[in-house]
Amino acid sequence: MPSFEYAPAPESRAVVDIRPSYGLFVDGDFSPAADGAALKTVNPATEEVLSEVAVAGEADVDRAVRAARSAYEGVWSRMSGTQRGKYLFRIARIIQERARELAVLETLDNGKPIKESRDVDVPLAAAHFFYHAGWADKLAWAGLPVPAGRAEPQPCGVAGQVIPWNFPLLMLAWKVAPALATGNTVVLKPAETTPLTALLFAQICQQAELPPGVVNILTGAGATGAALVAHPGIDKVAFTGSTDVGRQIARTVAGSRKKLTLELGGKAANIVFDDAPIDQAIEGIVNGIFFNQGHVCCAGSRLLVQESVADEVVSRLRHRMAQLRVGDPLDKNTDIGAINSQAQLSRIVELAEAGEREGAIRWSPPCTLPDNGFWFAPTVFTDVSPAHRIAREEIFGPVLSVLTFRTPQEAVTKANNTPYGLSAGIWTEKGSRILWMADRLRAGVVWANTFNRFDPTSPFGGYQESGYGREGGRHGLAAYVREA
Amino acid sequence: MSVAHDGADGQGPARLEVRKTHKLYVGGAFPRSESGRSYPVADAAGGFLANAAMASRKDARDAVVAARKAFDGWAAATAYNRGQVLYRVAEVMEGRRAQFADEVSRAEGLDAASAAAVVDAAIDRWVWYAGWTDKITQVAGAANPVAGPYFNLSLPEPTGVVAVLAPQASSLLGLVSAVAPVVAGGNTCVVVASETRPLPAVTLSEVLATSDVPGGVVNLLTGITGEIAPWLASHEDVDALDLAGAAPVPAIPGSGLDWAALEASAAATLTRVLRPAGSGPASDPSGAVEPDWTAVPDGPRRILAFMETKTVWHPKGR
Repeated sequence: MPSFEYAPAPESRAVVDIRPSYGLFVDGDFSPAADGAALKTVNPATEEVLSEVAVAGEADVDRAVRAARSAYEGVWSRMSGTQRGKYLFRIARIIQERARELAVLETLDNGKPIKESRDVDVPLAAAHFFYHAGWADKLAWAGLPVPAGRAEPQPCGVAGQVIPWNFPLLMLAWKVAPALATGNTVVLKPAETTPLTALLFAQICQQAELPPGVVNILTGAGATGAALVAHPGIDKVAFTGSTDVGRQIARTVAGSRKKLTLELGGKAANIVFDDAPIDQAIEGIVNGIFFNQGHVCCAGSRLLVQESVADEVVSRLRHRMAQLRVGDPLDKNTDIGAINSQAQLSRIVELAEAGEREGAIRWSPPCTLPDNGFWFAPTVFTDVSPAHRIAREEIFGPVLSVLTFRTPQEAVTKANNTPYGLSAGIWTEKGSRILWMADRLRAGVVWANTFNRFDPTSPFGGYQESGYGREGGRHGLAAYVREA
Repeated sequence: MSVAHDGADGQGPARLEVRKTHKLYVGGAFPRSESGRSYPVADAAGGFLANAAMASRKDARDAVVAARKAFDGWAAATAYNRGQVLYRVAEVMEGRRAQFADEVSRAEGLDAASAAAVVDAAIDRWVWYAGWTDKITQVAGAANPVAGPYFNLSLPEPTGVVAVLAPQASSLLGLVSAVAPVVAGGNTCVVVASETRPLPAVTLSEVLATSDVPGGVVNLLTGITGEIAPWLASHEDVDALDLAGAAPVPAIPGSGLDWAALEASAAATLTRVLRPAGSGPASDPSGAVEPDWTAVPDGPRRILAFMETKTVWHPKGR
């Protein structure tokens, strides 16, 4: 049988122009950090330095929050919803115009395959702005609290937002779009390792002639985020990231009147029944854990497969995994890109080693990993017990743990046996069983016969230690308006 | 309560009333505190009313266990069924109207007419929440028009076990306004009654026990709020925390709680926190206030505070 070798199909880098350095985007323009601090951001596939960005200190955070407050009081809160919406429509359209540039930049800075940044991240980001643009002048119909004496819901004021490195532009869209649509101004801190698309977004805000101070972008690391969240001038905090940091933020805002929403970790169960259409289920399993290198809070990182079909499913899964292409993220044929950082790679390696030590059986397809950059082969563990670390802890990498079950009730019990509760997957042909399972799975998003579907109209968020609050849809607006 | 005295017609002392022993309400039963403690409750004028059980940390933990045990059944009951059960609570409350009015009058120092008005409002408030059970999904749910061939539905679900610090001043109307929305949404709860005005809450627990409310759905503890609250705030199997009872009683200086500490403690397991009414932070003495409970509630806001949104997707295809 002939083997089909794919010719390289690299996407060109020429479409994006990366400056050697970037300042902080405050009050409509770029400026260096007050103390001149900066950090370098690298391409995780090659370890080449892409650019140097400023690190915002306390003084910069203060300046940005003041700029956001001034823009809120002077301009944004006085503007009608209709006009606010039109700025968001402009931003959505410019994102679409510059889509290729944003996708390539995202892939360079994050390590994700160009296929994903081009077909998922950027289009969803544009859609998020487009959807929320339309809400800006319709909030009175959204079922939100309306303070006494007012005709419609009122914004919180200034929002401080901290986002992770796994979907940099998309997470920015999820935060900025609803905040602006409801009338808030924002100070946003992108992740330390993925600042570049946020900075390009700042340029898009300039192109859209968004009033200065409505959106402010502060690059930096953990300390910048902590300073932002603690700043007394912030009315609303939104965070997406690890559960541990989420806990710290919840403690920080305790006793203040700051509103808080958190999108944290997960350890989702992807449940496959014996009557599931097997090829679709395999695609769903693979997509569930290997999409975005498994750097997904809602990844289907635990496969719960019904005992009677476990061997067949695992066998087909391995066969499918052997077809996955790990390599240059800019190559259009690549399925699995680079791990975002050395730190993340070390964590994945440590947990995978723990998996072996605790007695699970590890398997990866043979694949050649490049010499430079941060790489991890797609990996599946079988013979996993619910007590193993790889069944309990979020790995945030391309590592799948396989457990089995016999009855639907057992699947529910095992799936819910976690302090997390972000998402779950169900694969079966029986409709009544889908609905029965969906009722019982304690997760904010339940994908039945599909996985990893996102949409700006669809509320996303977790139960328990996966956080609280929802993003997207009518429900996602509630985070950004005042209580009555 | 009446005091024995010589009958005017010289027939000897009038009948001695049988006084109630005020106990906790946990898992559908009325146990004393495992600590064996009680504390004296005074009326608004400072006169002795009764000894109330002083709940301990262990009582609180036992109550959480009872509430967790009752959750699956209560959450799985149809909304119609929950509505009927809650309506029955109002029926039984109505039958005890005079008793409640007497207790509220003594506890809060209200005249008879005002106390009766408070009780009427509490019963009507309960009826109002009973009517929400089978409507909350329609009001808070949504079919989402995703950009692809998928069926997509978002629905509210109860969050689980809620710890409620009942309002300190409003011993019945405030209590009902805090508890009814929690159970209307399908949650179970552990309620810490007003510390200084707990007796109407004990009578309410008797109503609940005789109204088809399954044991464990509402558990009521009387005692020192500041002693019990931290254990509930940090409890890992409590899903949400209502801090209404952190607001001080205006007539009792220093009676508020440090709700910042409670909220910080709840953060360990991402317990959902409903902050007390008020506009100032916890560090501000007037940061927490007890709202005017006679005001019509802001829609299902208090119900939704203790619910999660679950979104389900399914592809459409032939």
